Amino acid sequence: MDVMPKWAEVILVPLISLILAALLSALVILAIGENPVEAVNLMVTGAVGSTYGWGYTLYYATNFMFTGLAVSVAFHAGLFNIGGEGQAMLGGLGVALVLLFIPWPHWTIALLAATAGAAVFGALWAAIPAYLQAKRGSHIVITTIMFNFIAAAVLNYMLVNQLRPAGSMDPATERFREAVHLPSLHEMLAPIGINFSKAAPANVSLVIAIIACVLVWLLIWRTPLGLEIRSYGKSGRAAKYAGIGAVRITMIAMLISGALAGMMAINNVMGEAERLVLNAVEGTGFIGIAVALMGRSHPFGVFLAAILFGFLYQGGAELALWTSIPRELIVVIQALVILFTGALDNMVRMPLERIFLAVRTARASKSVGPAE
Amino acid sequence: MDFLALFDLSVLDSTVRLTTPLLLACLAGLFSERAGIFDIGLEGKMLFAAFFSAAVAAMTGSVWLGLLAGIAASMALSGIHGLASITFRGNQLISGVAINFLAAGMTVLIAQDWFQQGGRTPSLIGGGRFEPITLPFANALNGVPFFGPIYAELISGHSILVYVSLLAVPGTWWLLFRTRFGLRLRAVGENPAAVDTAGVSVMGLRFVAVGICGILCGIAGAYLATGLQAGFVKDMTAGRGFIALAALIFAKWRPWHALWATLLFGYLQAIALRPDIIEGALGFRVQVQLLDALPYILTVVILAGFVGKAIPPRAGGEPYVKER
Repeated sequence: MDVMPKWAEVILVPLISLILAALLSALVILAIGENPVEAVNLMVTGAVGSTYGWGYTLYYATNFMFTGLAVSVAFHAGLFNIGGEGQAMLGGLGVALVLLFIPWPHWTIALLAATAGAAVFGALWAAIPAYLQAKRGSHIVITTIMFNFIAAAVLNYMLVNQLRPAGSMDPATERFREAVHLPSLHEMLAPIGINFSKAAPANVSLVIAIIACVLVWLLIWRTPLGLEIRSYGKSGRAAKYAGIGAVRITMIAMLISGALAGMMAINNVMGEAERLVLNAVEGTGFIGIAVALMGRSHPFGVFLAAILFGFLYQGGAELALWTSIPRELIVVIQALVILFTGALDNMVRMPLERIFLAVRTARASKSVGPAE
Repeated sequence: MDFLALFDLSVLDSTVRLTTPLLLACLAGLFSERAGIFDIGLEGKMLFAAFFSAAVAAMTGSVWLGLLAGIAASMALSGIHGLASITFRGNQLISGVAINFLAAGMTVLIAQDWFQQGGRTPSLIGGGRFEPITLPFANALNGVPFFGPIYAELISGHSILVYVSLLAVPGTWWLLFRTRFGLRLRAVGENPAAVDTAGVSVMGLRFVAVGICGILCGIAGAYLATGLQAGFVKDMTAGRGFIALAALIFAKWRPWHALWATLLFGYLQAIALRPDIIEGALGFRVQVQLLDALPYILTVVILAGFVGKAIPPRAGGEPYVKER
């Protein structure tokens, strides 16, 4: 029985969690002797007050859409993919290999190839933990954590020992060719008369990320496979009786999840840095967890949550620039969001359910009358 | 080729020092997970403790007050984890993730506010650190061939927390396998309904387990910042909480095996610092990255069940709902 109406479930619970997280963040800012209102003002002007700010906000949001979708798809299958970080690192490796060793004539084909490369590498990195979970029952959370560290070692080895140009001390690949440069929002919007900031890194990958949101929505809610994934996630045993193979769904969901996490690389590696550097991912895989939780694993929710986190990231960077508040404030906010929308979900839900129940019984007794 | 060089006394000595935080965190995880509460927040608790122990030690000049502050800080995070995963029956893994981030962010934020040194504490000097202890007769016996140096350098000359961590192994074993409390704690991780039926509080036991986990993580973090190093630096745990988690699986949730597992992983960390010794002993270069990744690869192999199956406590990760 649903105690709460749908709107409360979808909007009220996340909203209250978010307000709690925001209040605590404000307390943290107060505690370190800064003014929360001023901080929010600075963040808003810095993140959405100019096309430059928007360009960064949307750039970060693009990353978070990919990793948020990755975590969501796994969540729908009842799996917690904490390995987005490693999968995104490997995705970056895929992009770099595709772009460094094949002379693409134009960015459009290169983007398709790089997307495929990123997806394949990310999916492969998710495949081993998925297989071990499906076939050997190894807990996927632990294996994906381990694979994050192994990915870091692999990337370190590839950059330091294999891909680094001769004579360079920097553990990074050489720059990709000029032909594979992705159009930035500035270049895309100029023909239609919008003067978007030239310096901001947001690029055409944003479009790919939005397409990915739509495709994931179609997959999860409009295809038989999506139904199977959701049924398996709700009850593995019931799904099994319905003839849904556990191994198959675990593998498919994790491969899609890994591919989505890997695809983040077209934004940060191909679009922004235009070469592969050591710390390209910078925790984005983990932010996907916060984004997925806040977006209730729904692609549209993920889209909104990703933009909110993009705002937080760019706003936080501006804060660090203009005040003595370090960038780590974002990490704290992110932790509070994960805590309240994820782990302490019941703390918000239980009192709300009680209120709705009380209202409903009060109404019912009124309409039936005291005779009952 | 000289394989014995791989077990050079200096390498073994740093093995002992690098094992200590892993061992303490691993035993911490053991208490929590044996009681059915998964804890991937070991890393965050250690980091929190490392910062507060270093900060208090720097401000008061007393390392013991620092240790207490570290334990208190770690237990505060344990409290959050308990609240989320026991009281409100939330997802323990998500709670652990949140705790790791909370610690990573808060430590830098507070460090910057208190010390203005870019997210670190001032270097600890004098009484602000745990000094090495020279065990009795260590100097006198140093001249004895073979055993003398082993006693003087390997066994003697560590800080007190190293010995505490080693004593925690039989202590944990005794508490878990030889006391009524331990029996109940293990039962609550396997079949909480049975414990509840027997009239023992499932929630209470789980909170105690999470509390012990907090204490041990606190000591581990304090050792990092006040014993192994002199002060706190950003992200100084560097994945040790996850290596401890790996060791816990490697040890299949048993105290003595936890010692061997963490010694193995500590040794891998120690030898990774000395590529010259590896090359001299094996005659070829071993990639440092391979050594870094080895604990994680070994854990995946163990988890895959190719070398003996690792079976976690049966009720692990599931919040307990009383029957109505």
